[in-house]
Amino acid sequence: MTPALQYETHECDVLIIGAGGAGLRAAIEALAHDARVAVVCKSLLGKAHTVMAEGGLAAAMACVDRADNWRAHFRDTMRGGKLLNNWRMAQLHAQEAPDRVRELEQWGALFDRTSEGDILQRAFGGHSYKRLCHVGDRTGLEMIRTLQDRGVEMGFDVFMECTITRLLQDGDRVAGAFGYWRSSGNLIVFKAKAIVMATGGIGKSWKITSNSWECTGDGMALAYEAGSELLDMEFVQFHPTGMVWPPGVQGILVTEAVRGEGGILRNKSGERFMERYDPQRLELSTRDIVSRSIYTEVKEGRGSPHGGAFLDISHKPPDYVKRKLPSMYHQFKELADVDITKGPMEVGPTCHYVMGGIRVDAETGQSSLPGLFAAGEVAAGLHGANRLGGNSLSDLLVFGRRAGLAASEYAKSSSSPVIDSAQMEEAARQLLAPFDRSEGENPYAIHHDLQEVMQNLVGIFRTDDDLRRALGELEKLKERAKRVRVEGSRVFNPGWHLCQDIRFMLIVSEACTHAALARRESRGAHSRLDFPKTEEDWGKKNQVIVKKGDTINLFSVPRTDMPADLQQILSDEK
Amino acid sequence: MEEATATLRVFRGDQQTARVVDYQVRLTPGMVVLDAIHAIQANQSPDLAVRWNCKAAKCGSCSAEVNGKPRLLCKTRMDSLPLDQPITVFPMKAFPVIKDLVTDVSWNYEVNRKITPFRPRPGVAWKMDQADVDRVQEFRKCIECFLCQNVCHVLREHDKKKEFGGPRFFVRTAALEMHPLDGANRTSQLREQLGVGYCNITKCCTEVCPEEIHITDNAIIPLKERVVDEFYDPLTMIARKIFGAK
Repeated sequence: MTPALQYETHECDVLIIGAGGAGLRAAIEALAHDARVAVVCKSLLGKAHTVMAEGGLAAAMACVDRADNWRAHFRDTMRGGKLLNNWRMAQLHAQEAPDRVRELEQWGALFDRTSEGDILQRAFGGHSYKRLCHVGDRTGLEMIRTLQDRGVEMGFDVFMECTITRLLQDGDRVAGAFGYWRSSGNLIVFKAKAIVMATGGIGKSWKITSNSWECTGDGMALAYEAGSELLDMEFVQFHPTGMVWPPGVQGILVTEAVRGEGGILRNKSGERFMERYDPQRLELSTRDIVSRSIYTEVKEGRGSPHGGAFLDISHKPPDYVKRKLPSMYHQFKELADVDITKGPMEVGPTCHYVMGGIRVDAETGQSSLPGLFAAGEVAAGLHGANRLGGNSLSDLLVFGRRAGLAASEYAKSSSSPVIDSAQMEEAARQLLAPFDRSEGENPYAIHHDLQEVMQNLVGIFRTDDDLRRALGELEKLKERAKRVRVEGSRVFNPGWHLCQDIRFMLIVSEACTHAALARRESRGAHSRLDFPKTEEDWGKKNQVIVKKGDTINLFSVPRTDMPADLQQILSDEK
Repeated sequence: MEEATATLRVFRGDQQTARVVDYQVRLTPGMVVLDAIHAIQANQSPDLAVRWNCKAAKCGSCSAEVNGKPRLLCKTRMDSLPLDQPITVFPMKAFPVIKDLVTDVSWNYEVNRKITPFRPRPGVAWKMDQADVDRVQEFRKCIECFLCQNVCHVLREHDKKKEFGGPRFFVRTAALEMHPLDGANRTSQLREQLGVGYCNITKCCTEVCPEEIHITDNAIIPLKERVVDEFYDPLTMIARKIFGAK
């Protein structure tokens, strides 16, 4: 093998790909069960997208609203997801989230407190009780730092700034992963008995997004390429409130906690327009509804000067706003010259979260491939057609723990896999090909054009025409991506890094578009202008995507019947 | 009207191949330095290395030195800088350069491992007053941008990386020591492994903290006091002489 294709090799029982909330929680659990664990992440430890989560972590602790309980949380989650959720995941999530929060506290997390000294919980969209445990508006930072410290204490091996570009297999079974160090460009191979995929979301395929650069759909694309099934890929959440001005900050998240703390949405005439769209819940309606409402106001000419809506919290005392929403205060003051204690913010929808992802077993996070587990945003099922705010952080903890546990057990009961070196050689050649071309496409240009396509044609409102056009455009982009070229060396080369990201983004973008085209109804975050109604028949099935040869194969799977006790919870009022 | 532009004078290469390169960037409203760096990557130099994640001042990845001042690139507005002269963008000085604006900050992760983690007192009821939590939450705001480490002269000028932990890890230690339910004692660690005595409270760290943590006043000084109380209090010293070290 030529020196350029040489790689270092590391062996472990459980390889965790991704070091956000789900990956770290999975690592902690696998370590607690004596597995040899390696964590690999694209950024420095502690910088994953979880760090940007603001509003809180949903768990029916009943510290504030004593009547809250797991049944109510289950019901809210299912209703928010328009009943397309995996009901077993929704049940486990609601039942286990409080224990996961207590555990975080025992590892050193410091949540805001009630006057009795318990964990303070705030209201959030779609939650029928005050349910979100929080730390001002920086809950994700508290969570990731706590998990990071716990993992360091337990002594996990972390491979920071390392990108995985391919899963390695022993027959069907997942056997390891191939990647490279971002700083040196050197190649690396992990041999693992089990893998937990925890790579997060896909928002970077859209132009306006709250997501960090890392959210390029790596885990879904890697799993898909290895033959794993993806589920519910049409459901992409547009958070109603991203910044809209100035241009450089467009899309940056404005936490739902602003509305949870009493923020009011108005259009340019000062009308509280949510009274027309959801008179009961108003600003605390679910995200799909609030996003569509803002979009509609703007489209019909009632938007703010920069094409959004006004979100106002300035009726609350300035000290209160600064204490409960400190990063919002600073974010607007420093980046937009707006003092949110004195006047309204301008906000608009921003691509935020994907409900779809790797299809997993509810109890274990096991994918359709032996040895491959998934948890967090990369996995599908819990959130159905629309996620409630606060349910993501609790998802990471509940299912991160379950996936880590199941992966360590799987590793214990299985032999060391065998990987033929041809897989590594092929992966290396693919990875390094952009250096070999003397002319070709600029990866930044391809990324830019991809974001335009997804923003304009696979956005909040979708039509048959747009989605078909999007598929055509994606084909052209795939062809261009085959000719992508980079200059410079392998040492920390962002243009080269982007070439890998583009490959992943194109796969997930195509999966989303296909699934969106096939679902001929509107439900949750998926709104079809040509099929505006929610259809009963479509509520009985989920859509699965799997690779067949070089093409995407899409089929429907019927939903399993919910047990009578859960049915009963759903039909109860409140 | 001519388009408004700015010149960025960017450090390129590593310690051996260091050079500066000027780039012209078209200004847009509200632009931050990180936007300008991204514009250079997209249009002029795709291999220009910069570390970043959130672009919202929440992750602390894009630390660098703009016109000689340690800043987060995502939080530094172009219109806050004098645009009639080149804006210099250099990597953090206290850490080895990997390439361009990216430095090797792995030493920080090694220091972090030395600190005794959270040790709840046995049998605590997990109730806390917000007032007690408040002062720790100030420290928990830290986004690990390492700008405080970069600017601290014990590290920047004297390179005492073996003996000294730096402001970031005094902030972490203070958060643990002042956690209402923590039962561990980290004073000997502070004195011996983290070298808190090297700090002569010039407050450079506090000045650059993007989270506005009062690092010196609220973290370092109270920790120094704990060390002094335990190791240098005259009565304790006499007691130690008589009864031996505890």
